[in-house]
Amino acid sequence: MKLKTFARGGVHPPENKISAGKPIQVLPPPPEVIIPVSQHLGAPSTVVVSRGDKVKTGQVIARSEGFVSTNIHSSVTGKVMKIDQFMDSSGYRRMAVQIQAEDDEWMDEIDLSEDLVKHTVLSPEDIRKKILQAGIVGLGGATFPTHVKLTVPRGKKAEWLVINGVECEPYLTADHSLMMEQGEELVTGIRIMMKGLEVDQAIIGIENNKPDAIRRMQELTEGLPIKVQGLKVKYPQGGEKQLIQALFKREVPPGGLPVDVGVVVFNVGTVFAVYEAVQKNKPLIDRVVTVTGKSLSDPSNFRVRIGTPVSLLVDKAGGLPEDTAKVVNGGPMMGKALSTLDVPVVKGTSGIVLIREPEAHRKEVLPCIRCTRCVGVCPMGLEPYLLMSLAEKNLFEQLEQERILDCIECGSCSYICPSSRPLLDYVRFGKAEVGKMIRARKAV
Amino acid sequence: MITNISPMKKLVVSPSPHEFTGESVSRLMYGVIISLLPALGVSVFYFGLGMIIITSVSILSCFLFEYLIQKYIMKVRPTHLDGSAIITGLLLAFCLPANLPFWMVIIGALAAVGIGKLTFGGLGNNIFNPALVGRVFLFISFPVAMTSWPEPGQWFQYTDAVTGATPLGMLKEASGTAPAAEVLTQVPSTINLFLGKMKGSAGEVSALALLIGMIYMLYRRIITWHIPVSILVTVFLFTGILWMANPERFADPVFHLLTGGLMLGAIYMATDYVTSPMTKKGMLIYGAGIGIVTVLIRLFGAYPEGVQFAILIFNGFTPLLNKYLKPVRFGKEVVHG
Repeated sequence: MKLKTFARGGVHPPENKISAGKPIQVLPPPPEVIIPVSQHLGAPSTVVVSRGDKVKTGQVIARSEGFVSTNIHSSVTGKVMKIDQFMDSSGYRRMAVQIQAEDDEWMDEIDLSEDLVKHTVLSPEDIRKKILQAGIVGLGGATFPTHVKLTVPRGKKAEWLVINGVECEPYLTADHSLMMEQGEELVTGIRIMMKGLEVDQAIIGIENNKPDAIRRMQELTEGLPIKVQGLKVKYPQGGEKQLIQALFKREVPPGGLPVDVGVVVFNVGTVFAVYEAVQKNKPLIDRVVTVTGKSLSDPSNFRVRIGTPVSLLVDKAGGLPEDTAKVVNGGPMMGKALSTLDVPVVKGTSGIVLIREPEAHRKEVLPCIRCTRCVGVCPMGLEPYLLMSLAEKNLFEQLEQERILDCIECGSCSYICPSSRPLLDYVRFGKAEVGKMIRARKAV
Repeated sequence: MITNISPMKKLVVSPSPHEFTGESVSRLMYGVIISLLPALGVSVFYFGLGMIIITSVSILSCFLFEYLIQKYIMKVRPTHLDGSAIITGLLLAFCLPANLPFWMVIIGALAAVGIGKLTFGGLGNNIFNPALVGRVFLFISFPVAMTSWPEPGQWFQYTDAVTGATPLGMLKEASGTAPAAEVLTQVPSTINLFLGKMKGSAGEVSALALLIGMIYMLYRRIITWHIPVSILVTVFLFTGILWMANPERFADPVFHLLTGGLMLGAIYMATDYVTSPMTKKGMLIYGAGIGIVTVLIRLFGAYPEGVQFAILIFNGFTPLLNKYLKPVRFGKEVVHG
C-alpha cells in the first residue's frame, strides 16, 4: 500500500507510545463522580435532576439545549449529592452534578451483553436522533456534538465518511487499542454512520506506526465499501484538515467545514460510542483513556466512567511518580496542563500524560534568529514568527490579513523553535483579539 | 469519599505544546562551526602559520568585542557563548588573505561585530551579514593589503609571504587586452581549483572542503538547499550562456564556480539565517539575484570578485522579499480531487 501524508509542514515529535499493546482494562464505577453539564462545544445542557434524587446508570441528568448541544447521563447508580460549581480540566469552576455511587444498576433498555449486533433497520433520521439522545460528541478532543456533524447542511453533499484512526499525538494509544480490540464493533459503527450520513463509501486513515491496526481493519473491512489507508507518520495528521488533505488532496477552505469538500470526519472513539448507542441503547457514559508517562510504573488504557477523578486513574496506573512535574489532559502537543488531579474525566479526555521534572519546564526564550523552521513546519502555510511579532505589537488588522484565524493551534511552531520562543502563546492571544475585533465590526 | 492520594505538590501549568525539540540556537551554531572544520583544515594546510594567526585573532576579537560591547556599552547580558560570534570570527578570517597583519584583523572584527551586528541589537536583528560587513570595511580601508594573496604552500611565512593575483584577478587584469582562453592557460588546473591550491582568501579556496561542509549542514538540517543551490546554478547558467556565446572572451562556468569566494559565499554567507529570506520562494529569488549580481560584477564591473557585494545587496532586499513572498496558505487554492 502506498502511504499518504499531508502536503505542508508537520513535525516528528518522539512517539513515546509506551502503553501501546496494553489491553483495555475496564475500571469499576468509582465511589463518587463529578459530571460537568457542559462537556461539549455549544450550549450547556440543563440539569433535570435535583439534590437527593436517586439516579440509575445511563439516566439523563442534563438535557440538550438547542441544536448544537447534547444530553448528559449519569455514569453511575446512586444519589445526587450536590449540583454546584466544581473545578474541571480547564481550571475553571463550572456547573456539575456530584453523584455518590451505590450498586451499579443500569437503565432497563440498555443491552449489557457482549454480543455483537450487526444489523440496523433504523432510518438515517432515527440514527441521528439516537445519537443525540445518547449524548455523543467527538471523542478526539474537540467534543463537537456528533448528531450535528451527521446532519449535512442544506445545499451541501457528503461523498465520503472519513474515520480518523491517526492518533498522531505522542503517548496516546486509546484509539489504537480500540481498533485492535473492538474492530468488529467499529466496522458496524462505520456502517451505521454511513447510513446516518447517507454516503456509500468510507475510508479509515491510520498512521503507519500502528501496522497491526492497519492489518486488523483491513481484514475486517474486506469486501465492504470501507477502505483502509495507511499514512506516513507526521504530526498533526490527526487534524481534520490535514487528514482530508492527506487522503484526498482536497483543502478545506478557510473558515469552512470538511463537508465543503464533500467529507465528514469522525474519530475512532466516536464510532465506537455510536455503535453502542445505536445497537445497544447505551449512552456515552464511559470512554477509553490512556494514562501514561515515562516514570509511571504501569501505563495503561482504561475504559472509565465519565466523572471519575483523574487522581483515581493515576493510582490505578501505579500511582503518581515522585518526579512528576506536569500532568496533561490530552496529548503533549495539544493537551491542557492540569493544576490539580481532583478533576473529573470528561467526554473529551483522551489521555492523561505525566511529564517529568526537566521536560515539564520551558527553556529560556532567546531572540528569533529567523531560521525559518516555524514557517517550514506550519501545516496551514502561516508564518508563526511574523504572527508573534505582530501580536506583540498589537497589530490586529495586520494579523487578520496574515490569516491568523487559520491557525489550528497544533503547536508545531513552538515545538520546533530553537530559541524556545512562545510562538503559539502569542498566536492564541492574537486570535482572541482578532476574533473580538471581527465581532465588534459585525455589531456595528 | 474518594481516597484522595494526589500529593500536595504544585504542578507546572503552561499552555500547549508540552513537548519540544532538542534543537537550540547554540546547537545550530556549533553545528555550523563543525561543518567549517574541513575548510579550516585545508586552509591551514595551504597557508600554514598565516591562517592560524588570522583565524585565532579573528575569533578571539569577535568573541571579546561581543562580550565587551554588550556588557559595558549596551549593558545587556552578553551572548558571546551562543556560538554566533565564533562563526562571525571564523567566516571573517575565511574571507581575508592569510598574510593580513593581525591588527587589521582586529579592526575587521570590530567592524563586523560592532557595526555589523550589535548596532542593530545583536543576534537576530542585523540586516547585513556581519562577517561581510567586516570584510568590506577592511577592503575599502586597506585595498592593497586586502588584495595581496599569498601563494599556497608557504607554511612558515606570515606577512612576508610571496603574493600574487587570484585567478579571477588575473582574468580581470587581462580583460580587454588578452582573451580569457589565454589567461586560463596560466591559472591552476581545474583539479587544483577544486581542491583549493590557488591564491585567494584564506578559507575560500577549497570548493571540496566547503561542499563537504554544505553536505554536513544539509544532513543536520541546519540549512536547506534553496539558497546555495540557486546561487550556484544561476552563476553556472549565466556564465555558461556567455561562455557558449563567446568562449574567447569569457571563462567557462566551471572556472567561475570554483574560483573566488563563490562557494564560501553561497554556502556560508548567503545562508546566514538572520539576513536571508523566510520563505522558500524568497530564498530562490534571493539566491538567483545574488548569482546574477555576482556574475555582473565579475565580468563587467570594476572588481574581479563580486559575491560579497551581491550578498550584501540582497541582504538589503530580504525584508522586501519577506513582505511580498508568502508561503502558499492552506485552503487558498482549493483543489477538488
